[in-house]
Amino acid sequence: MSAVLQAVLQFPGAHSALKPAGPQARIAEGLWNSMYATAIVVFLLVMAALLWAAFRRRRAEEPAPDPARERRMRRVVAAAVGITTIVLFTFLVSDISAGRAVTATPGKDAIQIIVTGHQWWWEVQYRDSVPQRWVTTANEIHVPVGRQVAVELRSTDVIHSFWPPNLTGKRDLIPGNENSLWFQADSAGVYRAECAEYCGHEHAKMALLVVAQSPDSFARWLTQQRDTAHTPADSLTSRGQEVFLSSACAMCHSIAGTPAGSRVGPDLTHLAGRATIAAGTLPNTRGNLAGWIVDPQRIKPGARMPPNQLDPADLRALLAYLETLR
Amino acid sequence: MSSPSRSGCRRRRELLAAVLLAAALSACQREDRRFRTWPPAASAIPAVRQSELQPGPTTRDLTVRNEYGDNAWAVSEGKRLYNQFNCSGCHFQGGGGIGPPLMDSQWIYGSQPENIFATIVEGRPNGMPSFRGKLGNDQVWKLVAYVRSMSGLLAKDVASGRNDDMQVRSQEQSTEKARPVQSAVPPASQRP
Ligand code: HEC
Ligand code: HEC
Ligand SMILES: [Cu+2]
Repeated sequence: MSAVLQAVLQFPGAHSALKPAGPQARIAEGLWNSMYATAIVVFLLVMAALLWAAFRRRRAEEPAPDPARERRMRRVVAAAVGITTIVLFTFLVSDISAGRAVTATPGKDAIQIIVTGHQWWWEVQYRDSVPQRWVTTANEIHVPVGRQVAVELRSTDVIHSFWPPNLTGKRDLIPGNENSLWFQADSAGVYRAECAEYCGHEHAKMALLVVAQSPDSFARWLTQQRDTAHTPADSLTSRGQEVFLSSACAMCHSIAGTPAGSRVGPDLTHLAGRATIAAGTLPNTRGNLAGWIVDPQRIKPGARMPPNQLDPADLRALLAYLETLR
Repeated sequence: MSSPSRSGCRRRRELLAAVLLAAALSACQREDRRFRTWPPAASAIPAVRQSELQPGPTTRDLTVRNEYGDNAWAVSEGKRLYNQFNCSGCHFQGGGGIGPPLMDSQWIYGSQPENIFATIVEGRPNGMPSFRGKLGNDQVWKLVAYVRSMSGLLAKDVASGRNDDMQVRSQEQSTEKARPVQSAVPPASQRP
């Protein structure tokens, strides 16, 4: 976990369209670079023409128009208009073809992930032909390097938008409608995605990590995520489980392997394995977890988790229990 | 000096501005959002009576005010919670199923905010679960406000005017006020 976190901190380009890590982001970056370079050239030419016009020497009295000169000038203007049109059409064609390349249908062997937007967090589900092997997690997508990932996008409340700039462009999550996109990570790393459609109070604190790892470690991660939570081994953690199940937590959260099965809030079965809490708002440390549980409204005002009043000993036991949920 | 009719006109305009400002300010209140409420855990209100009957001379009770009864945001939150905490699993969208209808005028345990609060927190003997310790006080009050809006007991500008998903009943906003009637508790053996 701390390795992931370090990667986030050490990887300042984790949220940048200019550091592409996948084929689609590379197409978008190529498009951007060509437009940027062309714009620089055009800017310099226009500025040069402007300066020439501003500073060219004038005679006190303009001579009568010279028909040959007028013709020459008309030709220059026509050529400029023609070049501009060609440049804009080239942009249009390259833009449309880049768009088509980015939205091409993914291959058959792409991994399928369902991402559901909630105000203000992300539910992530890996399906399988056997329902017992479905994996539900939150605010973190793990993917193997070099393989296509097809993401089905849904929403339960309002419109959100999924945007991992290092990997691909944006796509909206629309209630009552299924949208999709795919991406592929070419190098291992942690990339940040964010909600890119204003969705209410805590829109700004609705991020998601995409963790790209080697196929082997991805397979290991997925197998481990399929496990249900371990039965608490000692008295402190079993007290913690009791606190969780007997208080409000179980009304909103699920922990596989316990009676807690609500899907109002994020699934906590493997909470301790995640790098952040509250949709990328805080690093997942014991202190932050305690602060979040007692008063989430201080950290994320409006978030749909109420404050919790817990006896200090109960809180300690609860934290110890939550830390066992690897 | 201005003529008397001119100043009367100005006064009328000032009055209109004051009325509009007051209306605007009351609209602010209607949308007031409070995210942090203490204490967070639901507890019964000691002043509430569960029965109308009293020994000795009848004393006036202090009435409990639901702070959310005139807050449109809180009512819409209550509507969300009503589905999230599965009230709809038993009461459906107000028409009733395992639990009694909540959009009609019949109340077994009282229609006042404090009665409904007690119903939710304490539970009721014929199958209404007790949410004590599972919900926060403010969540219960939001649910109370929403439940009351189902039979038109809240002002129309506060009750919800839309659904997030498919329309299953007419909007709470356009529900006519149903004058609450005390309904008898049928013996458990006669219940479906
Ligand atoms: C009314 C529903 C509700 C209750 C009760 C509730 N939570 Fe939450 N919880 C949520 C929601 C919704 C979120 C997501 C908040 C966000 O990120 O915007 C959340 C987030 C969390 C997270 C962060 C998860 C992540 O991966 O980001 C933890 C940990 C958590 N809750 C623990 C608890 C504990 C422990 C309790 C009981 C003391 C509790 N919650 C009670 C709804 C609830
Ligand atoms: C397991 C099913 C069930 C669930 C879940 C449930 N109720 Fe009930 N509810 C009932 C039953 C059954 C009764 C009638 C109890 C009785 O007659 O003693 C009832 C009674 C009530 C009453 C009293 C009605 C009256 O006429 O006085 C209210 C108000 C109420 N429920 C609201 C709620 C709310 C709000 C929720 C969600 C937080 C909820 N209920 C969840 C089954 C349920
Ligand atoms: Cu958003």
